[in-house]
Amino acid sequence: MNPFAIPLCTDIEMKHHQTEAGPPASLVSEGSETIVSLDQFVLAASAGDGFLDKLNTGDILATLFFFTLLMLLLKKFAWGPLMGIMDQRAELIASEIEEAEKSRSESAKLLEEQRALLKEARTEAQAIVENAKQQGDAQRAEIMETARAEAARLKENAAAEIANEKDKAIQAVREEFVSMSILAAEKVLGKEVSEEDNRALIEETIQKAGEGR
Amino acid sequence: MNHVNPKWEFLGLTFNPSNILMLAVTCLVVFLIAFISTRNMKLKPTGMQNFMEWVMDFVKGIIKSNMDWKTGGRFHLLALTLIMFIFVANMLGLPFAIAYDHVLWWKSPTADPTITMTLAVMVLVLTHYYGVKMAGVKNYFLGFTKPLAFMTPLKIIEEFANTLTLGLRLYGNIYAGEILIGLLAGLATASVGGFLGAILPAMAWQGFSIFIGTIQAFIFVMLSMVYMSHKVQTDH
Repeated sequence: MNPFAIPLCTDIEMKHHQTEAGPPASLVSEGSETIVSLDQFVLAASAGDGFLDKLNTGDILATLFFFTLLMLLLKKFAWGPLMGIMDQRAELIASEIEEAEKSRSESAKLLEEQRALLKEARTEAQAIVENAKQQGDAQRAEIMETARAEAARLKENAAAEIANEKDKAIQAVREEFVSMSILAAEKVLGKEVSEEDNRALIEETIQKAGEGR
Repeated sequence: MNHVNPKWEFLGLTFNPSNILMLAVTCLVVFLIAFISTRNMKLKPTGMQNFMEWVMDFVKGIIKSNMDWKTGGRFHLLALTLIMFIFVANMLGLPFAIAYDHVLWWKSPTADPTITMTLAVMVLVLTHYYGVKMAGVKNYFLGFTKPLAFMTPLKIIEEFANTLTLGLRLYGNIYAGEILIGLLAGLATASVGGFLGAILPAMAWQGFSIFIGTIQAFIFVMLSMVYMSHKVQTDH
């Protein structure tokens, strides 16, 4: 208490002098009460309780009481719940941000995955097309080759047949000719020419005649 | 204008019932504001809840400008109560003063030096308490020898000067405001001419007093937190 009393005293004493000079009435009434007490305190410091008697000790206690009460009430009814809800909100925001960050990275990952898949599918499709084209080309070449070979074979066959037929025809004609020649010679010679004896001879002749042509 | 304060004696203590009344009214108003605005709270705030949250953020900002939130968080409730209490107390004396039989009953409780000094001493005592508690006894006493040992007497004087200025600044501002409002009101009730002449200055002074009351509440809390941070922080 004492440390406060000294500056307070000088302060109030100054006021005291001012009041004598005649300041507003309210100051006098306000101050005079205190001044008396402080004067008393200064003059009769040993008396002690004079100062405390005049000091509004009740007000001091009441102020402390009311302030503490208000603080407790605020804590119970306003500050506590409000802090709770503000913390809750901060938590919510933090978790939301985290969630958003997570889903963002997840979607980025998914996008990357999808992109890779798409790329893969595209290359695959290209490969399939390429493959099909190649296969088609190969098949076409094969078919053409087969066709060409078939045609050649057919031609060859035909040629062989033709040659065969020709040979056959020639043979037939030759035989016919031999028979007719023998018949003619028989008629001309008037005797039977032994077919067995002369056939070789005639055939030789015809052979020669054929070569001669 | 010639008002005196009422006085009661009880259990050997001296009471000023006007102070008690106004303290109770202040507490009631502050509590109602806080209570009503925190009913039906939502994560997505609306209306009064917004206001209350703004006040809390504002006080948080004051504390954060002095110390880190980990240290200062525990003073949030104190600072919030202080700023709301002092602001409402400052505003109460503005619209009118009620005197009955020359006894002043309705006024700003902060226009009484006892109350402001009580608040100031309370804050300073708390700073010393938390200074010892959080920085340790050794650091607390070492704090008086910083920045230089020979400044120790000055540092000790500073503690008392801080207390006095903190309490008396608030008291002086509000008391002066009430006196001038009282004078202007006296002038207004004296005559018709006086009424006409007093309207404009009275309105201007009331507006200014609102400003003063707000600023003083802010300054009180700000300085409280400055003193607090000086005590609880050892590394600066």
